[in-house]
Amino acid sequence: MTRDIAVVAFAQTDHRRTSEDLSEVEMLMPVLHEVLDRTGLKTADIGFTCSGSSDYLAGRAFSFTLALDGVGAWPPISESHVETDGAWALYEAWTKLLTGEADTALVYSYGKSSPGSVRDVLTRQLDPYYLAPLWPDSVALAALQAQALIDAGHTDEPALAAFAARSREAARDNPHAQLRGPVPHGDHLVRPLRTGDCPPIGDGAAAVILAAGERARTLCPRPAWIRGVDHRIEAHGLGVRDLTDSPSTRLAAERAGAFERPVDTAELHAPFTAQEVVLRRALRLDDTVCVNPSGGALAANPIMAAGLIRIGEAAARIHRGESDRALAHATSGPCLQQNLVAVLEGDPR
Amino acid sequence: MPEVLKAPLVVEFPFTRSLGPVQSAFLTGLRERVVLGVRTRDGRTLVPPVEYDPVTAEELGDLVEVAPTGTVTTWAWNHDPRRGQPLDTPFAWVLVRLDGADTALLHALDAPGPEAVRTGMRVRVRWAAERTGAITDIACFEPYTGATPPLTGHDGHFDDAVTGIVAHARLDYTYSPGRAQTAYIDALRGRRTVGERCPACRKVYVPPRGACPTCGLATSEQVEVGPRGTVTTFCIVNIKAKNLDIEVPYVYAHIALDGADLALHGRIGGIPYDQVRMGLRVEPVWAEGARHPDHYRPTGEPDADYDTYRELL
Ligand SMILES: [Zn+2]
Repeated sequence: MTRDIAVVAFAQTDHRRTSEDLSEVEMLMPVLHEVLDRTGLKTADIGFTCSGSSDYLAGRAFSFTLALDGVGAWPPISESHVETDGAWALYEAWTKLLTGEADTALVYSYGKSSPGSVRDVLTRQLDPYYLAPLWPDSVALAALQAQALIDAGHTDEPALAAFAARSREAARDNPHAQLRGPVPHGDHLVRPLRTGDCPPIGDGAAAVILAAGERARTLCPRPAWIRGVDHRIEAHGLGVRDLTDSPSTRLAAERAGAFERPVDTAELHAPFTAQEVVLRRALRLDDTVCVNPSGGALAANPIMAAGLIRIGEAAARIHRGESDRALAHATSGPCLQQNLVAVLEGDPR
Repeated sequence: MPEVLKAPLVVEFPFTRSLGPVQSAFLTGLRERVVLGVRTRDGRTLVPPVEYDPVTAEELGDLVEVAPTGTVTTWAWNHDPRRGQPLDTPFAWVLVRLDGADTALLHALDAPGPEAVRTGMRVRVRWAAERTGAITDIACFEPYTGATPPLTGHDGHFDDAVTGIVAHARLDYTYSPGRAQTAYIDALRGRRTVGERCPACRKVYVPPRGACPTCGLATSEQVEVGPRGTVTTFCIVNIKAKNLDIEVPYVYAHIALDGADLALHGRIGGIPYDQVRMGLRVEPVWAEGARHPDHYRPTGEPDADYDTYRELL
């Protein structure tokens, strides 16, 4: 059975360095209400709910269960959770809708990095035998990748600074972004990466609604049809991989149909400047493509939501008529270990 | 709005992990100052070794010795070492391809400054003085310009191989319970219990979490409930919990405080355990200086009628 499935609504919080005055569900709820209001749906109308978050950010086991209060999980609902970025929750919801078991889905994800030290927290996702005991933090691993790219002649420090400046300039038009406009490129955090090459640390949440077939047309004037989604992973060992390339992104894009026709927009989840170099090459994006008009993860990187936001931002451009065919990318793990690519299209005009 | 509460939260755990034959050989080798890799069918040598070929997924087990010297394939200068990292002075993170290996190992390089580090530079293992069979048996790498030393000839078999590691992990957080739970905890300080009412279904939730779990709506209207309540259901605890100074058996109950639409839990005291019953009317007993009721005891009122609490079971 083939069904057309679309993103019909998207909402996100303002991303901030800290939202300590709010619990996770208190931070999330306005976003859930906003995305439902856009479609006129109520939580009871939703066929499937899927969320993404991480216990390690919260420092508590089963932390996602508390957030379920925000979607009205009584009487019982059809619900699932992924312990990673919400982009993967969207993938699960998309496959659920493809089966025909539901016609609408609510996908949300959230992360509060403010309670802990996210550089240390992310070390716990590494190989526990050979890597985690050394506590290599997320910036250090991204810096190794950046140096590999510089050594290979694919970029240099001024080029990286230009990526950062362009992203934050683009974020001027994004009222939700955490860093907007000129941001000092700063000192080295872990050389060769400077503070400006790294994403802001912040708290935030995002939600989208998916709908199938004619249902999508009734909920949104110009649905963002999902033409394909695929996600791929690379070897766990960093020293096994060529850090200057991302074959998993390339393969995911190919399977999602990204190379069948050109895209006009790409929302890339590249938390570090150098990663945009890798992704542009893997996705064969040239200067005709509008990359990260939202500002991308360099302007706001709420962990576990930043990937879903890429899909939401790409879809929202189609909703507004600013794009006809957009690519959205999400990543997880160190140095672009896991990559998801979605291709979205609006109806022909 | 009162300021939200905050408190330090430390999550700490010694993860005890068992090793398979390949990881066991590698980590035992480090203890014995021998570096082992694993050979794939197409002749590549993976260091650090893994049990399955990352390309073909074929099971691997052919251990081969490689040199403790190698070449930096990429690096990053870490001027501000963090807790738990291999060195507490500025160092370079490096991926090192050891001589004889086809893949690179991540570790630290002790060097005077970033000017002294470059991709392609030669390095060697600096062994830790105390070695236990862990990746930290390599203290770090150090610059080395000499020749590749001869191999020891080790075949990867050890009589007293390590079979597990204990990986200590500690993360520090500042926990904040958010607006609704802060208000609840603040009220308890005055020995009052407050819930929040849902604007749609009008139910009062205790303790409040800022949302109605039925309607998915934000709750904000505060309602004082209790102090008295009704036992809706209970269990008899017969096993003494570690570090808990309560004689068994005792009763743990769901208690619907008057005015609340959700039962909270508490211990029942002041009555023999086998006389606690559904419908029993109870009130909180506060210990001096305590931040929440120590337990609930009977009020002496007649039992509540079943119909008054059946929706709260
Ligand atoms: Zn309600």
